[in-house]
Amino acid sequence: MSNTLDINSIRNDFPILNEVVNGRPLVYFDNAATTQKPRLVLDALSGYYEHYNANIHRGIHHLAEKATSAFEQSRKRLQAFLNAEFSEEIIFTYGTTDGINLVASSYGRAFLKAGDEVIISTMEHHSNIVPWQMLCEEKGCILKVIPINDDGEILMDEYEKLLTERTKFVSVVHVSNSLGTINPIKEIIEKAHAVGAKVLIDGAQASSHLEIDVQDLNCDFYTLSLHKIYGPTGMGILYGKRDLLNAMPPYRGGGEMIKEVTFEKTTYNELPYKFEAGTPNIADVVAAKYALDYVDNLGKTNIAAYENELLKYATEAVSEIAGLRIIGKAKNKVSVLSFVIDGVHHQDIGVLLDQQGIAVRTGHHCTQPLMNRFNITGTSRASFAVYNTIEEIDKLVVGLHKVKKMLG
Amino acid sequence: MTINEIQDELISDFELFDDWESKYEYIIDLGKQFPPLEEQYKTEENIIKGCQSRVWLNAYMDGELLKFEADSDAIIVRGLVSMLVKVLSGHTPEEIAMADLYFMERIGLHQHLAQTRSNGLAAMLKQMKAYGFAFQAKSINV
Repeated sequence: MSNTLDINSIRNDFPILNEVVNGRPLVYFDNAATTQKPRLVLDALSGYYEHYNANIHRGIHHLAEKATSAFEQSRKRLQAFLNAEFSEEIIFTYGTTDGINLVASSYGRAFLKAGDEVIISTMEHHSNIVPWQMLCEEKGCILKVIPINDDGEILMDEYEKLLTERTKFVSVVHVSNSLGTINPIKEIIEKAHAVGAKVLIDGAQASSHLEIDVQDLNCDFYTLSLHKIYGPTGMGILYGKRDLLNAMPPYRGGGEMIKEVTFEKTTYNELPYKFEAGTPNIADVVAAKYALDYVDNLGKTNIAAYENELLKYATEAVSEIAGLRIIGKAKNKVSVLSFVIDGVHHQDIGVLLDQQGIAVRTGHHCTQPLMNRFNITGTSRASFAVYNTIEEIDKLVVGLHKVKKMLG
Repeated sequence: MTINEIQDELISDFELFDDWESKYEYIIDLGKQFPPLEEQYKTEENIIKGCQSRVWLNAYMDGELLKFEADSDAIIVRGLVSMLVKVLSGHTPEEIAMADLYFMERIGLHQHLAQTRSNGLAAMLKQMKAYGFAFQAKSINV
């Protein structure tokens, strides 16, 4: 391996990798669902609860100030992570799904009207389909879907044909969770802007693998979940351009998001608080900063280079297995390997790999329309993170041979 | 045989296996041998949708006894389904409604019943007992 990362040392940062599953050392290949957490994130979580747990922004005592300061530092950290222009462009959410719902609900209801068109792609997660369907149903808008080719790549010429002056919003995934495809989002954004449409990018799967620069991309909105970037569950962010966020009505009502409340009228707080009603997920937001520090300390370029080596090795290794077909062969991919085996149900693969201590994900991966596109009901998906190894991939291959033998 | 006698028989069958491979090979064999449900019964009404595999369940009264036929598109689930049918089918609705199913846990397969969303097994078991209650109520009404 030509990489500069010390993988053994990285593995030592993740306590859960010492778990034994069904009598075998855990092989965790379900990283696209959620990544494991390094020790410093776990320490940050318990450190917060042990030393400065307090509700933020309103308190004047020491703990409240300390918690508020840590919370706002995380916002600045995320601003830097995405290279956003202003820190108030970072809205804390419960995760990617929450961010998409915020935009569909707030921006969509305020600025879209009957007959307007919203474009998504065939490879969207249900989270980037259903909120737009709900909006379209409510407002009488029309949902259009960009087709893909057999390798799992967006057909750009078909996308251009869908773009008209009726197109008001484009919402596409940066990286497909089922296929691993990296979409040409910069080009997608440019073309949408050329017809005056706004663009949201679902960055759930991209953020742990790729450098993201929202100013360079010029996207209007970008959403992600921290639990897929070695951070805690239950929190994510929505990035939005400041002018757009300012123009949008609040999404939820409650504490924190108000300036003044009387029974006659309420005036709303400024960004970013306007969109953060109620006590936020303080502990997880505070710990998120440490996850990003961890990732940036390793370096995303190094991580991506190593993960690509794993993907290349795994792709070649499983291709030797008779009857196995890889779903998603895009030229640009992250370390996601989805496959089907002729005559074998994906759930049987998952159950028998689990018996061997190997965690993969099986099913439709919340992308049923994409599965329909490939005429399958689901796949088995191995997704690799920086702490995975070639030896673990060898175990997967041995495991798959055993599965085939048992089911054959 | 009573429901519990069938359960105990299954438990002793599984005691022969000392590793996971022979245990799962046996379940796979049960799945392969289990007669498929006739296509006419694979209806939307009879489907129990799990997140990953589909399970079909058909129930009917044969005299005093409630009988089940079932199927799944995944072979391991099919094997597990065959065991649930073997244990519960052909008893009175009351016996089925009141049955205490302990064999899955004793065999060490309870995790398959717990994952309610990843396969239809837990939902299928619930449905089988619901049929028991429903047919019991019906016979009382008549």
